[in-house]
Amino acid sequence: MSQAPNENPSCPGKKDKHEARRDFLKQSSALMALALTPPLVVKAGEHDETIAGLFEKMPVSMEINGKAYQLSVEPRVTLLDLLREQLHLTGTKKGCDHGQCGACTVHVNGQRINSCLTLAVMQEGKKITTIEGLAQGDTLHPVQEAFIKHDGFQCGYCTPGQIMSAVACIREGHAGSPEEIREFMSGNICRCGAYDNIVAAITEVKQGGHTV
Amino acid sequence: MKKQTVGQSMDRVDGRLKVTGGARYFADHQPEGMLYAALVCSPVSSGRITAIDATKALRAPGVADVVSHLNAPPVPGYKVENPNPKQGLKIFHDDRIYSNGQPVAIVVANTLERAVYAASLVKVTYAQEVHQTDMAHSMDQAFQNKNMKDYLRGEADAWKKAPVSVEAEYNIPIEVHNPMELAGIIAHWETPDKLTLYAKTQGVKSVQQSLKTLFQLPESQITVHSQFVGGAFGMALRIWPMEIATILAAKKIRKPVKLVITRKDMFTLVGYRPAAKQRIGIGATAEGKLTGITHEAVANTSPYEDFTEAIVNMSRMMYACPNVNTHYQLVPLNLSTPVWMRGPGEATGAFALESAIDELAHKLHMDPLQLRLVNHADIDPERNLPYSSKYLKEAYEMGAAKIGWQQRSQTPGKLEENGWLVGYGMSSGVFGAGRGRATASATLKADGSLVVRSAAADIGPGTATAMVQIAADATGIDVKKIKFLLGESEYPEAPRQGGSSTVSTVGSAVNDVCRNLQQKLGELATANIPAFKDLKAENIQHEDGQLVAGNTRLDYAALLQQQQLPELVVTTTSQAGDERKQYAMYSFSVHFAKVQVHPATGVVRIKHIVSVADSGTVVNSKTARSQMIGGVVGGIGMALTEEALIDHRFGRYVNNNYADYHVPVNADTPPTDVLFINKKDPVINPMGAKGMGEIALIGFAAAVSNAVFNATGKRVRDLPITPDKLI
Repeated sequence: MSQAPNENPSCPGKKDKHEARRDFLKQSSALMALALTPPLVVKAGEHDETIAGLFEKMPVSMEINGKAYQLSVEPRVTLLDLLREQLHLTGTKKGCDHGQCGACTVHVNGQRINSCLTLAVMQEGKKITTIEGLAQGDTLHPVQEAFIKHDGFQCGYCTPGQIMSAVACIREGHAGSPEEIREFMSGNICRCGAYDNIVAAITEVKQGGHTV
Repeated sequence: MKKQTVGQSMDRVDGRLKVTGGARYFADHQPEGMLYAALVCSPVSSGRITAIDATKALRAPGVADVVSHLNAPPVPGYKVENPNPKQGLKIFHDDRIYSNGQPVAIVVANTLERAVYAASLVKVTYAQEVHQTDMAHSMDQAFQNKNMKDYLRGEADAWKKAPVSVEAEYNIPIEVHNPMELAGIIAHWETPDKLTLYAKTQGVKSVQQSLKTLFQLPESQITVHSQFVGGAFGMALRIWPMEIATILAAKKIRKPVKLVITRKDMFTLVGYRPAAKQRIGIGATAEGKLTGITHEAVANTSPYEDFTEAIVNMSRMMYACPNVNTHYQLVPLNLSTPVWMRGPGEATGAFALESAIDELAHKLHMDPLQLRLVNHADIDPERNLPYSSKYLKEAYEMGAAKIGWQQRSQTPGKLEENGWLVGYGMSSGVFGAGRGRATASATLKADGSLVVRSAAADIGPGTATAMVQIAADATGIDVKKIKFLLGESEYPEAPRQGGSSTVSTVGSAVNDVCRNLQQKLGELATANIPAFKDLKAENIQHEDGQLVAGNTRLDYAALLQQQQLPELVVTTTSQAGDERKQYAMYSFSVHFAKVQVHPATGVVRIKHIVSVADSGTVVNSKTARSQMIGGVVGGIGMALTEEALIDHRFGRYVNNNYADYHVPVNADTPPTDVLFINKKDPVINPMGAKGMGEIALIGFAAAVSNAVFNATGKRVRDLPITPDKLI
């Protein structure tokens, strides 16, 4: 992908903070201008997506996996779709879009949430961690290592969500016994049925005394 | 010599990609200029489209087009001149509506949100006709097509004359595969006759073949990528109409288009396990020798395709019984077409047969394990052939010991733990051990690394890992230096991943291509290396990635380097021979379950599961165990929770989401013991591996329902066993 000169290098396709603010001011002016424009011209917006786009987008800034992002998104865009479709962080998966399966689990300010149930514009100033941000360089997180060792997956599709949920489950203090783990991991469905192995992986990390 | 790799508990070769989010499934791709699609689906279950008004949608921001039967590019492969109604759903071809949720238009826009919103603006009007989605009200429509042959061995309905007999009806509802990954496709016409796809499929070559016919393009013009598949369980064994719809939209718009369907649409667009009504009559002597089995089944299909599977087949071959007859029919309903779902028809049939065996044992006052042993088939009773291998008796024994079968009470309702009734149940499963035809290429590089390629799929069992192990043992090269690549249509031909046959089929090709690679290396050595000059290529020993002649050892890598060859490529096709005519080849499973049933609420808790697999050589004990526990979890859903419910007034699913269609969650699953016979089948293939994906689930639901009977004395013959059926 080619990169425009004023793009933010940490976020290809997105402009840096000042550029984004300039754009926002421009957009605000355009909105103001439209507000003062006769109805006939406003109606033309239906036909012109660039004008419609100005109505639709809002600025939002957040930190994702340690990088600062200044973004302009439609209010109806979920955090999940922002991550996947606009930021190309496709490790987070869509399984239901209804908060029923947990495949889209990410951490927001350290808490596990279903990213399909939260709007991107609600994340102003938040710190988000996705599966891509869990390892330290080439060193996997202990939960990632344990999932490999105990084969806590088959197809791997629910795995990013399981792992994000598992890390939070341990941090919350909900990994005290296999029964407790099964209960507090039940928001993450694994249709391949790797539950036994997921429980074994979490138990090992918990008992190993790792810092998660 | 280095230790054998097959049989080891090796971590998955793609594990790191899967735990870091680096594994790329179809929807994770984003070709330059890609647009997003959303479907408009029919809210009526039968009828015609009378009008489609897309004006508003087309005016919505970012919308590229709305494609329907009114404006879709023609599909050359839809045979207009042959109006056979059983040719499948020709999407966007005419105005007919056959089922609720059938796609009637596809909206394409430059963002997902815009596509979804615009889809809500498309106004479709219908001329509604009477629909039927309730099998109970359509039994008069039952039919057999020409492929559905009745089976008779000995005398028909002989069970009726038996001293002790049971006749019962068993029902299973529609179950939906519901893999975690939503279905869909990315379609990109790079030129008007060159199509590239990112697909969710169990066979890239199969997709290529289907599209070759439909779009009348040469294979070389169709590229299918599918390296990672987020579960499928059968639903990705064929191409679906919504995928064709996306390909048509991409053709019309001339840009890459991505469709990811909703969870709701997973119930209507990508198949399901059909509802089935089964009747079994089974009779025995007072000593428990079976004298006759009659197994009849009726299952639903769609109005436009006949979907058949092996529902009644297990009754023909599982037990030594002189008289067996089976009969199988279909009923068309206004639903989409079913498709094989894990275990497929055999799992449906095994629920009926293995429940009936338990009912018969109860009537005979006999231990159901003993009844099964008394009627053990020493040769295949259907074809009168010896088994290539069969360790079912050992499997019964191992499982019974592990679960503590001796604690079971022959009289139901006698055991209790903490106010819960306790019961033990068992069942058997069987599935044909297939071996098809596959081709693999092996590329040995001058640095000593080996890359093996075949257009196989991996929906989760760990195909690449198993293939690397097989290649490591065949060549002596270290697993770390071997890669197995799959999921690309440009790779050598491999069949779909289905029917528990990938290790058998593709594994054999991998083994054989590695042997041929060694032969080539031998030829290279005898022709060029003095120490090997007096040997014949086939007599050279190979050890640890080296050619051996007396005291001379030569690394494969060194040989290539000496000959200044950057790489050596060998391609081999491998398939079963005549041995399949001489032996009956089956994998067997035995499931034991201990359940607790709450007497007041009817809640069933599975406390302990033991599943034993007689599946030949276990290639990777770690991934094999995962496959078995996965089948058990699927079986728990089948037994206790899974049921797609239709409001027949509208022909519409009412629980089409994960909150209402209950697949088992972590807390629903007990600790599971998986035991393997792990004895090599001497005939089936070079590895001796028989396959285990299906047997992991086949029969399981009956073990649970038999355990529930043992706990309560209540026989539940209609799955799932929900609490209302026990109180």
